Amino acid sequence: MNPRIALVLKLAALVGLIVFPSFGSSFYTEMVAKMLILGIFAMSLDLLVGFTGLVSLGHAAYFGIAAYTVALLTPKYDPANFWIALPAAVLAAAAAAFVIGLFVLRTKGIYFIMVTLAFAQMVYFIFHDTALGGGSDGIYVNFKPDATIAGWQPFNLDEPLQLYYFVVAALVAVFVFLTLVLRSPFGKVLVGIRSNEHRMQSLGYATFRYKLAAFTLAGGLAGVAGFLYAVLFGFVTPEYLSWHQSGNVLMMVILGGMGNLAGAVIGAFAFIGLQEMFADWTKHWQLLMGGVIVAAVLFMPGGLSALPGRVLKKLNQESKHG
Amino acid sequence: MDFTIFLIQILNSLQYGLLLFLVASGLTLVFGIMGIINLAHGSFYMIGAYLAFALTSLTGNLMLAIVLGLPLAFIFGALLEWLLFAHLYKRDHLEQVLLTYGLILIFEELRSLAIGDDVHGVNIPALFSASIPLSDTLSYPVYRLLISAVCIALAVGLWWLMQRTRLGMMIRAGSHDRDMVQALGIDINLLYRTVFALGVALAALAGMLAAPISSVYPGMGGSVLIISFVIVVIGGIGSVWGALIAALLIGFADTFGKVLVPEFAGLAVYLVMAIVLLWRPEGILKKG
Amino acid sequence: MAEADLQIRGTASAAPAAQGDVLLVADKLTRRFGGLAANQDVCLSLERGMLHALLGPNGAGKSTCINMLSGDLPPSEGRILLRGQDVTRLSAAQRSKIGIGRSYQRTNIFPGFTVLENCRLAAQSRNPRPWKIFTDALGLTDTLERARAAIVEAGLAGREQRIAGTMSHGEQRQLEIAMVLATDAEVLLLDEPLAGMGSEESAQMVELLKRLKQNRAILLVEHDMDAVFAVADTITVMVNGVVLESGPPEQIRNSADVQTAYLGDGHV
Repeated sequence: MNPRIALVLKLAALVGLIVFPSFGSSFYTEMVAKMLILGIFAMSLDLLVGFTGLVSLGHAAYFGIAAYTVALLTPKYDPANFWIALPAAVLAAAAAAFVIGLFVLRTKGIYFIMVTLAFAQMVYFIFHDTALGGGSDGIYVNFKPDATIAGWQPFNLDEPLQLYYFVVAALVAVFVFLTLVLRSPFGKVLVGIRSNEHRMQSLGYATFRYKLAAFTLAGGLAGVAGFLYAVLFGFVTPEYLSWHQSGNVLMMVILGGMGNLAGAVIGAFAFIGLQEMFADWTKHWQLLMGGVIVAAVLFMPGGLSALPGRVLKKLNQESKHG
Repeated sequence: MDFTIFLIQILNSLQYGLLLFLVASGLTLVFGIMGIINLAHGSFYMIGAYLAFALTSLTGNLMLAIVLGLPLAFIFGALLEWLLFAHLYKRDHLEQVLLTYGLILIFEELRSLAIGDDVHGVNIPALFSASIPLSDTLSYPVYRLLISAVCIALAVGLWWLMQRTRLGMMIRAGSHDRDMVQALGIDINLLYRTVFALGVALAALAGMLAAPISSVYPGMGGSVLIISFVIVVIGGIGSVWGALIAALLIGFADTFGKVLVPEFAGLAVYLVMAIVLLWRPEGILKKG
Repeated sequence: MAEADLQIRGTASAAPAAQGDVLLVADKLTRRFGGLAANQDVCLSLERGMLHALLGPNGAGKSTCINMLSGDLPPSEGRILLRGQDVTRLSAAQRSKIGIGRSYQRTNIFPGFTVLENCRLAAQSRNPRPWKIFTDALGLTDTLERARAAIVEAGLAGREQRIAGTMSHGEQRQLEIAMVLATDAEVLLLDEPLAGMGSEESAQMVELLKRLKQNRAILLVEHDMDAVFAVADTITVMVNGVVLESGPPEQIRNSADVQTAYLGDGHV
């Protein structure tokens, strides 16, 4: 797509997000906030899957660790300090990604997929089996973090509307941040690793370090999403780091088209949109979701963001034939 | 720990490890030979367990249920390969992950539609329901010994199949060199279909055997799948014997983990994996 | 750690200091796969301004040798010295950093990237600050210039924006070399750069090799005898993993042993 058109579309989408609460009910505003948070989550995974070529099937671990960090930092009858909770959540997620990365990045291909899944499951059991985070029942975040500094409150996350705009701002910030990272020398190295890691090594790149940095960064950004998710819903359960969550976010990345940051967000919207729609129809909505996933893999290589291009191509071909 | 309890734990470890081997052997064969990562493999275990429940309810006997269920599972596997997996060989791992992830959702919901979401028990056949007394208060159920015996028999059978039969020769050749297999005039599609169906049947059998011990419940496939992944990773992708060693290792780690550090029992398995990964990133028995 | 230091210093002093232009030395390199020795006690030396060709029938161990020199394969025994320093234990990436560059027998490029981006990535590996995450990679003018110079030197001028994977085989082989040049390598290990090339492309490549060797040391693995005898200053012939003979082209041309080895193998 022409970069100028793409930019216009992105700005239009942003305007749409900004005015949305004036039209949608609070129910839909919360749903869109959820989609945006999962969009951040999907972008963080896309850095690995789409740009570095690392198919991680355990990305929910970092999302969940950040969510639990907020929950554990929130006192029972008081809000946590926002300026501590957010950095702590992101750092905890990034630190976990760094340590797990040291192990999983020693492997490649199918091994990598399985080992990322296994380590995420290990983290899942830490929260599921021990009393640390309320066990399998989960834990409440009774108060949303408070951003007051020296008596001044720049924003109030207790206000649903302000929380919504905070999520929008976070999405924009993560999008811009990743765009900058990807055009930097570091980002170019990641894309080179995806294309041909062996050649990168023979050109003098110690690829392990770059992959570890990408893995840690992606973990930290997943942590941003996990933080927001815990704040939005006020509740954290081990399901946040279950492997279904990892599978779902991978699906969002694929639906949107790998290696495309905006696509990851579109994928999150599409996935949650379908999920809500199917859940409206039937208790057994996962059956439909599974069907969509299977069909998407079989019939739709390139994801949703490749769809306009493919439709155009098809139309072109038909007009040529006709 | 008293010796009798220790003995019981050893027997339990063996039984659990051998059962896991049944699931993991099919998984590792499918990885090794066809290069496919199959997240839905755990579902075959779940399907086996529910087949055992449904057929036992119908026929009144687990043994009969297994005799009926095994061919069903094999046919189901062959059909699935023909319908879906045969289209995945040329796809990349990511697409395989997604498609098989979608399958899990479908299988779970179909299970929910057909049987519901309740937990069901399956009776141990009267013939094997006894226990062997080990001390005044402790005894060991015959059925668990039976599981171990069946699994050992199957492991030996698998060894015989791989080493002594034409099919095994083709499987071993296939995992080394696809072109050579085709050059030998072997029908590779048939070979793949057979191996896949065999893997499904083994996983389903594991589910059937485990049904009376663990009862049948929603989501039982997921945990088995991930443990099987760990086994395949530890054993080395494609190596059946690596899977056997790893499965026993995990059987012991998990069983003794539960006894010795109950708080962190779920972690023992993953700690073993982490250590093996540090020691040998490509598994104990790496396939060339 | 102290021991390792001593060892490096030890080898440095033991290296032939008088020959200042010897860049890379392979000292009794041996590589075994199982019981089979793919390379046995192979010795080579590469000098600046010289092209050293490695000849031998298929399976003679040429690729194994080049893989050991580049760091793609660890040797079972023996040492590799760069400017007198022991580099045997360094990874491929570390060796690239200190000036050993290689091209591959099977074209090994970034097929989806432009020619410029292929070379820019190569040149960027020399950037002292590759970790800056907020600078525009395309704004590193130094890196860009190096990439462009390498493209021109390898004879690909005007094709900067072509997608590498869509170019002809010969152009891709040139790109391989351009990428090595962009890393500022002083030692070039070239694995069959002429493989699959037409006669015109081959002639161009030979000219390129002549130009390149002027201020670098080159190891050339090649099957094309005409090309080898046209550019090589030294030729080493390997058979069954061992060095059969090594010397100037004239000596190799007239060697009875080499004749037998090649004729015996059906080659001429």
